[in-house]
Amino acid sequence: MGAHLADHPAPAILAEVQPASLPRKELVHHGRDFHWITEKICGIVEGPTPTWWWWCFGVAAFVASFTVAGLTYLVGTGVGVWGHANPVNWAWDIVNFVFWIGIGHAGTLISAILCLLRQKWRTSINRASEAMTIFAVACAAIFPVFHVGRIWMAWYLFPIPNSNYIWQNFRSPLEWDVFAVSTYGTVSVLFWYIGLIPDLGTLRDRFFTVGRIWRARIYGFFAMGWRGSNRHWSNYEMAYLILAGISTPLVLSVHTIVSFDFAVSLLPGWHTTIFPPYFVAGAIFSGFGMVMTLMLPLRAIFRLEDLITQYHIDNMCKITLATGTMVGYAYSIEFFIAWYGSNPYEGFAFINRAFGHYAWAYWIMVTCNVITPQFFWFKAVRQNTTLVWCLAIMVNVGMWFERFVIIVTSLARDFLPSSWGYYSPSVVEIFTFFGTFGVFSFLFLLFIRFVPIMPMSEVKAVTAAADPHGPHPH
Amino acid sequence: MARTPTEEPAMDKSYGLIAAFDTTPALYHACEQVRNAGYTQWDALTPFPVHGLDAAMGVRRSRVPRFSLTGGIIGFATGMSLIWWTDASDYALIVGGKPYFSPMFAFPVSYELAILFTAFATIIGMFLVNRLPMHYHPVQKASQFVRAMDDRFYIVIEANDPKFNVAATRALLEQAGGHDIAELEE
Repeated sequence: MGAHLADHPAPAILAEVQPASLPRKELVHHGRDFHWITEKICGIVEGPTPTWWWWCFGVAAFVASFTVAGLTYLVGTGVGVWGHANPVNWAWDIVNFVFWIGIGHAGTLISAILCLLRQKWRTSINRASEAMTIFAVACAAIFPVFHVGRIWMAWYLFPIPNSNYIWQNFRSPLEWDVFAVSTYGTVSVLFWYIGLIPDLGTLRDRFFTVGRIWRARIYGFFAMGWRGSNRHWSNYEMAYLILAGISTPLVLSVHTIVSFDFAVSLLPGWHTTIFPPYFVAGAIFSGFGMVMTLMLPLRAIFRLEDLITQYHIDNMCKITLATGTMVGYAYSIEFFIAWYGSNPYEGFAFINRAFGHYAWAYWIMVTCNVITPQFFWFKAVRQNTTLVWCLAIMVNVGMWFERFVIIVTSLARDFLPSSWGYYSPSVVEIFTFFGTFGVFSFLFLLFIRFVPIMPMSEVKAVTAAADPHGPHPH
Repeated sequence: MARTPTEEPAMDKSYGLIAAFDTTPALYHACEQVRNAGYTQWDALTPFPVHGLDAAMGVRRSRVPRFSLTGGIIGFATGMSLIWWTDASDYALIVGGKPYFSPMFAFPVSYELAILFTAFATIIGMFLVNRLPMHYHPVQKASQFVRAMDDRFYIVIEANDPKFNVAATRALLEQAGGHDIAELEE
């Protein structure tokens, strides 16, 4: 290197070139110190239960009871209580399944993919998004399990020896889905728990210091005796990195396999190779819609503006914009391929989607998913938190309709006009799905009451004071 | 159930010395000094992972990836052999005219199982290497320990370190910038 430099002396101009100094955005405002972060986040768990929490909890529990009642009725009577009928035998159950599992994907994107990409802004929204993932997967799992009808046979999904001596058909993407979703749920819980351990240690010691022994014991049990040893951190960070590294291909594979449920069939409108990337982009799009739906109220209620800054909101809006635009691009490519492929059935499926009996659903989908995110180009929109929240709700609505359009319009008009039909949901289906928002909110409210909603150790680690080399680059 | 004050004179057996530091640069440079002084049985307690501290302490690269790799290989092999044994050996059945076994259709499930087993192996490996859960540790008795999980940084040098000497070790920690130096009870 030295000899090389001597042979070719650097041009004199290089000494004069001054690279632009672009300061990184600060992730914690007002120079909040480590102790402030601890007090702020632990204070939410340690303080008295707010009145609004009880009201929300009551409403959530009431709404969740709709799902319980709907499923009880289904198990007691049969799947006929849903509106399914030939030719539409997959309808709201699978729509709701794909909707909820897609929402979960933003949590894993934030915790795993943004971790690998060293996006430090992920830290303050990471914990709540992962919780969202777990609860969304739980809501998603309800539907495929119950749509089999005889719920007590659901264990046939797994390769457990049974009295018929017959095994699962591993050639089927539905069986792949069983493994994908159960792995996804398990790994999401493990990843979330590993992230929680240091913070549970903090809570353990704080409860112990003020003499709340039972709480200290419960948090202490789950904290595994964590004591912040750097020899532990070294292994912990390696484990965290590996979990992030395996969760990345996992999250991409899960929605790929979910899309295989459709793409591997031969039905026009489902049998397309664009499905895996298009489903993954849509999942992340809907998930960020839900992250913003949840985080913006939390930020306002708990006064977290110093930790979830405008920079965080900008980034979430921009990811929503990027993925929403990808989804819009996928819609147009689907149409292009349907025309370019010259397959009359395929061509009809798409014309029918946009202009047939379900055109209303298609245009709700296009409005919510393609037009809504385009507002995020504008800084003034991103800075208006209320407007961002309303747009995020639109994204959630649009992505539910996307799954409805894909599943129902394709089934209602297949190859044989004699078997065409029109599907409408039954009241049981509507209440069961509506109730899952209660189930989700119920779990999420318990989460914000009992678990630190931000990873304190990770947020502290991205403050300026955490760098042992000071502010200068090294 | 108040914590025992560390300065208590009647101590059964000394575990070592603890010293507090207020900033990450102070801790970082102190760790370099303790490392250079030749100590081996010592640790730093921090509320969050401090960037570069492993090198300053001379901690070697983590062994957790070995567990992960083993778990991944076992998971993938489990998936492939499970599918081959069930669908092609134990009860071979023709479905849709497809072969009894092909690594193509066995791949998605094997891939998911590789990830699942890697996750379990990584976490079990991390706990084993860290010797967790360990619900009792001498440092947790120190009254200042609550701040190690909050906003302060500590160095603990164990009494069973061959180079440990109460006076000399205390002098080293003082010279390195530590304060609130106290002896820990076993």
